[in-house]
Amino acid sequence: MSHLSEDIVSRAHDLVALYPEPRSALIPICHLAQGQDGWLRPEAIEEIADIVGVTPAEVLGTASFYDLLHTEPVGKYVISLCTNVACMLSGAYELLEHGEKTLNIRAGSTTPDGMFTLEEAECIADCDHAPCLQVNGRYFGKLSNGDFDVLLEDLRNGNLDDVVPPHGTLCRIRRTVGLEAENGKATQARPTEEPTPQPQPDTLAPGQTQRRRRGRK
Amino acid sequence: MTVTEAPKIVTSRIGFEDSNTLERFLATGGYDGLRKALSMTPEEVAAEVNTASLLGRGGAGFPAGRKWSMLRKADTTYLVVNGDESEPATFKDHLLLERDPHQLIEGVVIAAYAIQAAQAFIFIRGEMALGIERVTQALNEAYEYGAVGHNILGSSFSVDVVVHPGAGAYICGEETALLESLEGKRGFPRIKPPYFPAAVGLYGEPTVVNNVETMSNLPWIIKNGGAAFAALGVGSSTGTRLFALSGRVNNPAVFELEMAKTTFRDLIFDKSLGNGIKDGKALKAFIPGGVSAPWFGPDQVDMHLDQDEVGKAGSMLGSGSVVVLDETTCALRTAWRITRFFWRESCGQCTPCREGGGWLEKILWRMENGEGHEEEIDMLMDICDNLAPGVSWPPQQTTICVLGSSIPSSIASAIRMFRDELLIHVKEGRCPFD
Repeated sequence: MSHLSEDIVSRAHDLVALYPEPRSALIPICHLAQGQDGWLRPEAIEEIADIVGVTPAEVLGTASFYDLLHTEPVGKYVISLCTNVACMLSGAYELLEHGEKTLNIRAGSTTPDGMFTLEEAECIADCDHAPCLQVNGRYFGKLSNGDFDVLLEDLRNGNLDDVVPPHGTLCRIRRTVGLEAENGKATQARPTEEPTPQPQPDTLAPGQTQRRRRGRK
Repeated sequence: MTVTEAPKIVTSRIGFEDSNTLERFLATGGYDGLRKALSMTPEEVAAEVNTASLLGRGGAGFPAGRKWSMLRKADTTYLVVNGDESEPATFKDHLLLERDPHQLIEGVVIAAYAIQAAQAFIFIRGEMALGIERVTQALNEAYEYGAVGHNILGSSFSVDVVVHPGAGAYICGEETALLESLEGKRGFPRIKPPYFPAAVGLYGEPTVVNNVETMSNLPWIIKNGGAAFAALGVGSSTGTRLFALSGRVNNPAVFELEMAKTTFRDLIFDKSLGNGIKDGKALKAFIPGGVSAPWFGPDQVDMHLDQDEVGKAGSMLGSGSVVVLDETTCALRTAWRITRFFWRESCGQCTPCREGGGWLEKILWRMENGEGHEEEIDMLMDICDNLAPGVSWPPQQTTICVLGSSIPSSIASAIRMFRDELLIHVKEGRCPFD
């Protein structure tokens, strides 16, 4: 029995089918695996390697390059607090210090109950709401120390479950269609009639994507 | 004040609550540009974009039409959209991805048609979870509507678009690193030459890499004509552009402004824009185009937001992000934080960047904490000289990509503009702003 759920494996194969070369799906599939486990467990890495046709070492070697792919366990909520220049000018370091005190951990570590990981992040492109942070990729901005405490409480009590999903950038929305262009090859447009919206020939159920491999070998 | 009444080209729908939906998009002229493009030949579409003289909005400011025309002739070409917006204090693409995803998709299909791409990929920064969701959702809708996929809008043109999530690495904004990442590898910039993905790109095939904002301009350009776009702005700075204002201002936000007409003073102080500096403090300096850009002082605040004008003055408009430093801001601390960013984000391939970045960061941190020595100010410049010989503008390169040669900008600016302030740190053994 595989470690990754049937749904994730099926979605992973759908992702592979979207690219001319399977390895391109490596990072998106890592996101999916994190949606299940929170981090990239060795058994997940082995299965990802199988799916995209590389060695587990190559998956780990790629994943370890990227900040969002965790090769070690992280908390249920990863709080990435930006301290880059725009946030720094709005008191981000003071907020980070408050966060460290409140959670009683240093930035870069996880609370003993496995609830929160606190990270010092680089710019998360939300500078009009400085100082800002992300929790599992969701934005919270213009935070005072008090706002930060309220946020922690809300997360603990599950009040934000709709806003902050578990890990995994790809967990909430999925692509519903496979590739449609024939052989992935563009063809010259020669409109023969007044262009009208074309109904989708067949809308597929989630996770059930057409497997049409591209012509390129 | 000269804030012009130029049309909103890429932010026209931002005011609507439901700006991300297909309904709103169609109700506001959505996919009309694509319809028109498909009635033209690909060459005519490209010619229209050339007439617009649309400069790439990612940072380098390279004309989009020229990028397209450089494509090596081949059976398979790809279009890749760079949505890996990570330059500190840049948050314009974030807005476009979340608030008008259909506009982006329309632009992508127009560009794919113009270059006859086999497939298009929209690479979105992994941190932008909502942006990824919104564009994926919009793409599902666009397929269903018939604006993407097979026989687009009843024409014989077909192309697939794929949303690709990044995973957190600034360097993937560099186009060859982005392609490596899209191929499922570590984001290592490729060794040049070949200099352009137009020759050797994704999977070795000729590839056009364009920024999100660049793509989002295309529907308007096709609908209204390249000449109408070129009529806005001054000289080679045509059209409008998104400027992301942040730092010590009252109203940090993204503003769409006509190119080269507005000055930095307008952007920072106009009531409808930045609305002045926080707490009525005085302007100390500003970063005109992302943290890779050399800083400007208050004496340069009347310069226009014009790519050429800013370039001639020794900096760049870059990614269109303006960071305001006021009299309460420590220049050394600011330079330290920017250097720390580059050091952390260095991919590690080249020694000057990997090692030099770390040394610079350590020296700056020590100095900021009152443990620096006077001769270390010259040492900083010496290390900078190893990263970008001459520490001039535009910088000379000693590394595979421009990340390394971007490191000296903030340090050289702090030293050249605020040497006295650095000396106080050294002599008094403390930061005067603490």
